[in-house]
Amino acid sequence: MAPARTYHALTIDEDKCIGCTHCMKACPTEAIRVINGLAEIWSARCVDCGHCMRACPEKAIYVEQDDLQNAKAFKYRVVLFPAVMIGQFPEKYTEDQIYAALLKIGFTHVFEVEQPIGVLKSSIRQYCRTTENIKPHISTFCPAIVRLIQIKYPSLIDNMIQRKAPHDLGAHFAINELKKQGANEDEIGLFYVTPCNAKITSVKSPVGEKESIVDGIINMNTLYNRVMQAIDDKEVPDTSSQRQNLTRDGILWSLTRGESVHFGERSMAIDGIHNVIRFLERLENEEVPDIDFLELRACDQSCAGGIMMTGNRFLTVERLESRAKRYPPAWKLQQSDPVKNSKEIKQKLVADKIVPRPAFSLDKDRVRALEKMNKAQRIICFLPGIDCGACGAPNCQALAEDMVNGRAKMSDCIFLQQMWEDEGRISTDKAFRNVEKKWGEKRFQADCNKRGKRNEGF
Amino acid sequence: MNLEFEIAGGDFTKAGYASSQVKKMLKQLGVEAHCIKNIVIALYEAEVNVVAHAYEGQILVHIESDKITTKIIDKGPGIPDIEQAMQEGYSTASKKVREMGFGAGMGLPNIKKNTDKLQIQSKVDEGTTVEMVNYF
Repeated sequence: MAPARTYHALTIDEDKCIGCTHCMKACPTEAIRVINGLAEIWSARCVDCGHCMRACPEKAIYVEQDDLQNAKAFKYRVVLFPAVMIGQFPEKYTEDQIYAALLKIGFTHVFEVEQPIGVLKSSIRQYCRTTENIKPHISTFCPAIVRLIQIKYPSLIDNMIQRKAPHDLGAHFAINELKKQGANEDEIGLFYVTPCNAKITSVKSPVGEKESIVDGIINMNTLYNRVMQAIDDKEVPDTSSQRQNLTRDGILWSLTRGESVHFGERSMAIDGIHNVIRFLERLENEEVPDIDFLELRACDQSCAGGIMMTGNRFLTVERLESRAKRYPPAWKLQQSDPVKNSKEIKQKLVADKIVPRPAFSLDKDRVRALEKMNKAQRIICFLPGIDCGACGAPNCQALAEDMVNGRAKMSDCIFLQQMWEDEGRISTDKAFRNVEKKWGEKRFQADCNKRGKRNEGF
Repeated sequence: MNLEFEIAGGDFTKAGYASSQVKKMLKQLGVEAHCIKNIVIALYEAEVNVVAHAYEGQILVHIESDKITTKIIDKGPGIPDIEQAMQEGYSTASKKVREMGFGAGMGLPNIKKNTDKLQIQSKVDEGTTVEMVNYF
């Protein structure tokens, strides 16, 4: 694999990418263009939602991860994973067997991140109480949503809850617990298992925080495979004591309505980034009634539908819901020692203010931006308006905007070219070269492995 | 930059289209978020007013580098007493419109709150013209 253009955690493999425009069409922020027959991600606009990866038929978009071998350097090797991971495994395996497999792989300690969730819950409650005048409060749980608001909805920045995510809670809690067992902090290696690429970016370069707390990140599908190789359905030691701070609320936290049920009188949960975008548009126009709390997640079925999840998301949700029934609600643990002694952790869950990063202006100078906008409007009059994507931009409007910013030419539009050929303004040969330049010579070669040949259709 | 939108009276499903389009453009111009918010709220209220009260209407938007001028012209019943209509809570909206969550009598006051210059001209049984200016 030749790592090509990297942004955040997403990388496009130039050897695999066939420039087919599926990713470009799926991107909710119009951050992808096809240039020279290869997809390119425009970093300022990418929110790490992973929809491009999901849409790619060639599996040409991948997520980099840390080597599990790095864990070997530590005496205490901690695997930190969101509870949603358990929901992927076939029901015949017990929690104990999954835990045992993780130890067999080489970890010394196993922690699910959503514990003790009561600490995060009361921290968020506290924040909401002190900022009563800014409603609705918007959850910062999903990093792709945080970034979406930063680039596209800067007027809603103040509505974001300045609290960290469960993985921070889990990490601090794990460190505290191990220190109690006599570990030094530099002997502890924390390895976070992620259900999506957005979490990777947020752990490696956190949005409202200074530095990352974990020592490595492992993709959940990679670990899933490792566990499935190591797992044994025989009798294994009882590890339930390691889950004594896990609660029903914690297990359900990363699922849709996992947060919203706990906060505000009127709360809403929206999953799927396209649904979220439609709602935020309305919210910005004040077209919505008074809502106290908004839970927004980029993936359908929230983390159960994470890009790095293996199982079917609906089955995962069902399994987690039945698992959750076996655990006590968080309030029952309010008097437990870890919750009572959580003052220090609570302080660490306070995040810095999130800053806007608008990424949609045509020019820094407003007069020039207006000129460009006028020009783009005139260009659009000549474009076909069918948003075919054959120019390498997701739609005609985007192409016109690219043109006024010098990133595209009129001749990128194959309809305009055809017209010019008909009018005798451009030679057939020149027109052909133009398309070849945009899509690469290979586009025109016969290839029996091309998409469609293998019956990938519906 | 000039934009034109048509509004159909009574069709609440389409209310909000013009404000969303204008918002997108103002973001491309790099106008400050708070300022965009005011304009969009005022424009949305004006759109809903036309949908709720008038038979048909038109929105004319003119964007310059330092300001946006929006003119909303409708054919409708007109406003007999503009001063009264500017008071919070005063509404002539029908029960049907109120049941849809509109017509709380906050429309015009809300527009005034969110614009820098507001001019309303109205003739009973003919229509109303609202002109608002917002500076960036």
